[in-house]
Amino acid sequence: MSPVVRKFTRSVPEWRPRVVPVKLEAASEAQLDALSVTPSGTKVSDYVLTLAHDVESLKVRSPLFNAIMYDKGGMSRAEREIGAIGASMVNRCIYCAAVHAARHAQLEDSTEITDRLFLDGHAAALPDRERAIFEFAAALSEAPPEAGQEQMQALREAGLEEAEILDLILSTALFGWANRLMHVLGDPVRPDGAEA
Amino acid sequence: MSANETTLATAGFGETGPAADVVAQRPKIFEMTAVAEEAVLRPKEEGRWPHPLRAAMAARIAALNGFGDLAVRYASEAGDFAGLANPARDGVADGLGPVLAFMDRVAVETRNVVATDISALQDAGVADADIVRLSELNAFLAYQIRVVAGLRLMSEGKP
Repeated sequence: MSPVVRKFTRSVPEWRPRVVPVKLEAASEAQLDALSVTPSGTKVSDYVLTLAHDVESLKVRSPLFNAIMYDKGGMSRAEREIGAIGASMVNRCIYCAAVHAARHAQLEDSTEITDRLFLDGHAAALPDRERAIFEFAAALSEAPPEAGQEQMQALREAGLEEAEILDLILSTALFGWANRLMHVLGDPVRPDGAEA
Repeated sequence: MSANETTLATAGFGETGPAADVVAQRPKIFEMTAVAEEAVLRPKEEGRWPHPLRAAMAARIAALNGFGDLAVRYASEAGDFAGLANPARDGVADGLGPVLAFMDRVAVETRNVVATDISALQDAGVADADIVRLSELNAFLAYQIRVVAGLRLMSEGKP
């Protein structure tokens, strides 16, 4: 069996479900309908086929996900990814952290921030703005949430506007959701022979 | 109770008020959040988890996270299952021991969840579709609780 990836990485692993995904050829009309609104569109992943067991949730979650991560205005897309990464690191969702670190690096055309986060976590040497964003996201992601006025104040002192703070709350909270699906319902794996 | 207002009402955000203008920048997201709440708390297809039991589990997760007012709100929909909203109850007497243990762990020890947490449910006879339903309910609550927490922080510390 392929080895499970246990360290944070930007190299996106495969995802192996712990339950049996819905089989596309056996999917109900409602499941097919929900599958058509997922972000990927073309190839249906095991992850989405797993979530198709609960079509009502899947159908509403995909557009909500896209709105929170991609709608115009407010916080930049790269900074919303830091919210996603902060949550995924707290919850140790290796797969989510990889996807969103890779996206952050692509948007910023730099691996510097995510290299430092994966290497040093809270001790990472980051610019003030990124540090405030990461610390808020990580604190909000603890269970119970630990974010307080100290972290909120740091965001404002780092120059974030209210609309950006709202987007950070939403992207971080969204990954509290996504992590509890991805990390709970499956394992991040490397195909046999690939470097773990 | 209208689902449309759970998140914002629990966060203390009305349709008017000092912080309403911030939320008004993302109206679509808060509408979709309310639709998502319906989908996990009150779905048409319940599977093994009837609406009152879902409400009890939601209340339990809110309580575990220290969100007493959200817990009270959901517990009011929990009917005969209301007792299970109390995290001190293990659910064993109700045949829900493994289910509540799983829900508690996913809610507050997410990082420690491993494959055997899923196989324990399967061994207890819970179907895969019902495991996904439990995870979605738990995951949505994680989101809603953190949106509420964040909005409260924004409004309390508003410059």
